[in-house]
Amino acid sequence: MGKLHSVSLNRDRCMGCTNCIKGCPTEAIRVRDGKACIDENRCIDCGECIRICPHHAKSAQCDPFPDLTSRNASKPAAVLLPPSLYAQFGPPATRSMIIRSMYAIGFDFVYEVAIGAEACSLRTREIIAEKRALVQSGGSDFSSVFPLISSACPVVVRLIQMKYKALIPHLIPFDSPMEITAGFARKDIASKLAISPDAIDIYFLSPCPSKRTVTINPLGQNKSEVNFVLALHDVYPLILSALEKEQKDTDAATLHAFVGLAGSEGVQWACAGGEASTLDTEKYMAVDGIHNVISILDEIENERLKDIEFVEPSCCFGGCIGGPLTVTNPFSAKARMRGFIKAAIDDEERSPDKFLRFRHLQLASSWKIPLEANNSMQLDADINTAMDKYEQMERILETLPGLDCGACGAPTCAALAEDIVQGNALETDCIIKLKEHIRKVAQDINLLDL
Amino acid sequence: MKKMLTRIGVRPESIKRAAIAMYEAEINAVIHARGGKAIVMILPDSVRIEIVDQGPGIPDVDLAMKEGYSTAPDTAREMGFGAGMGLPNIKKHSDEMKIDTEVGKGTTVTIIVRF
Repeated sequence: MGKLHSVSLNRDRCMGCTNCIKGCPTEAIRVRDGKACIDENRCIDCGECIRICPHHAKSAQCDPFPDLTSRNASKPAAVLLPPSLYAQFGPPATRSMIIRSMYAIGFDFVYEVAIGAEACSLRTREIIAEKRALVQSGGSDFSSVFPLISSACPVVVRLIQMKYKALIPHLIPFDSPMEITAGFARKDIASKLAISPDAIDIYFLSPCPSKRTVTINPLGQNKSEVNFVLALHDVYPLILSALEKEQKDTDAATLHAFVGLAGSEGVQWACAGGEASTLDTEKYMAVDGIHNVISILDEIENERLKDIEFVEPSCCFGGCIGGPLTVTNPFSAKARMRGFIKAAIDDEERSPDKFLRFRHLQLASSWKIPLEANNSMQLDADINTAMDKYEQMERILETLPGLDCGACGAPTCAALAEDIVQGNALETDCIIKLKEHIRKVAQDINLLDL
Repeated sequence: MKKMLTRIGVRPESIKRAAIAMYEAEINAVIHARGGKAIVMILPDSVRIEIVDQGPGIPDVDLAMKEGYSTAPDTAREMGFGAGMGLPNIKKHSDEMKIDTEVGKGTTVTIIVRF
């Protein structure tokens, strides 16, 4: 499968402990020969293992920071800033200052991903209204249409493809704010400079590994509009020093080559619940933290969430501000975000002209390729063989100690049973079973009476 | 059961139907009979679920099958159950459904969902 994922392992740092296998929501990691191994088919890039690893052996593979000074001048570089970036910086930093600092670092163009977020909010409101009309006219059951599920978090989309396939039709079927903004930026620059859209490098400053993965292995599209993904924590020191040099707030709208600020609605997307609060419904639910997301998806699949029209699941606690590649802790980030949102709302009221009316630009684009189910949870492609394997698994599981200690390298005894059935592990990988075997051998030797 | 069907690769739509039908039958057994037993048999082409309880039985099955008809106590209704949709929902989500019931003895609901 090659490099489909961003989350990867530094073998030298891995001590073979069991912290990561225990926290992985899809049981995608095993410890084999003293080192963690990630199953590429099951990894959803949530980054839980990056957070939990005490030896910092897990990391997100992102692109290196480019040398912006000596680059080929014929290829302009644009950077996309997610709303969660702002929360990494406290007062006196303002959005305008942060945007200016990106020019200072050497990027030729800067765009706020909040532009794409506004476009998504607009289109989602339309979709909710369409589905409501469909249900009211009797064309569809409430529970077969609702709740609609946000597809903004790629981790959630991949989780649904693997473990909640029945919910694929509930996903909002269009591009993420990042993709929309990248597409908009490419067209904007191409027309401003009268160059080919392909002759532009687009960078995204990412709070999470999954955004890098979607640029290599896109959802609903053949090719991502983003060329490079930079880890937010890698660029943080550069922004900080640029901000220190420029302590006074100057309006970004006056900047040459700046397209304009996004509205407050898009900025709100940084925090869990921010997206949902921009929609015309109070029947929504925002759930954050991957394990909480799993329990809510279970509820939806069993049709136990009645009267909910929209669910906004975020893999990370606090939403994107809690991403594994961020710097500031999510609680401070949330507090700071309130300041940025309030400033955006005040600004909008005071000088509406300063803000580009992105919301009128029908930017949201639908997925061109239908989402496929990921069958890696299936024990076998043939249902009869799969049933046999399941039975064998249950039989093996009965003989295992049930401690779920992880010493064998699998997260639970059930996972070890599965590995044994699939031929990837032995019963004696279980240390309790091994001890029993050794005791028996020792007894037999004693009986030999040598 | 849901986890098992997922692991053997049953179509998600069928898993969903089986899970909903089984859940409704379980809730019925809990509300009316204070619990019961579930027997699940998985075949290569279908799943057969039996929910067996020793509750009060159903005096009029045709009436009980009507949408909106419910004998659930207020305590169950307060928790959002007892809308009279349980049995109709099972019927809707299953390919075959059978109710064996005797007043005073108990009820067995048999559900078959084909894959």
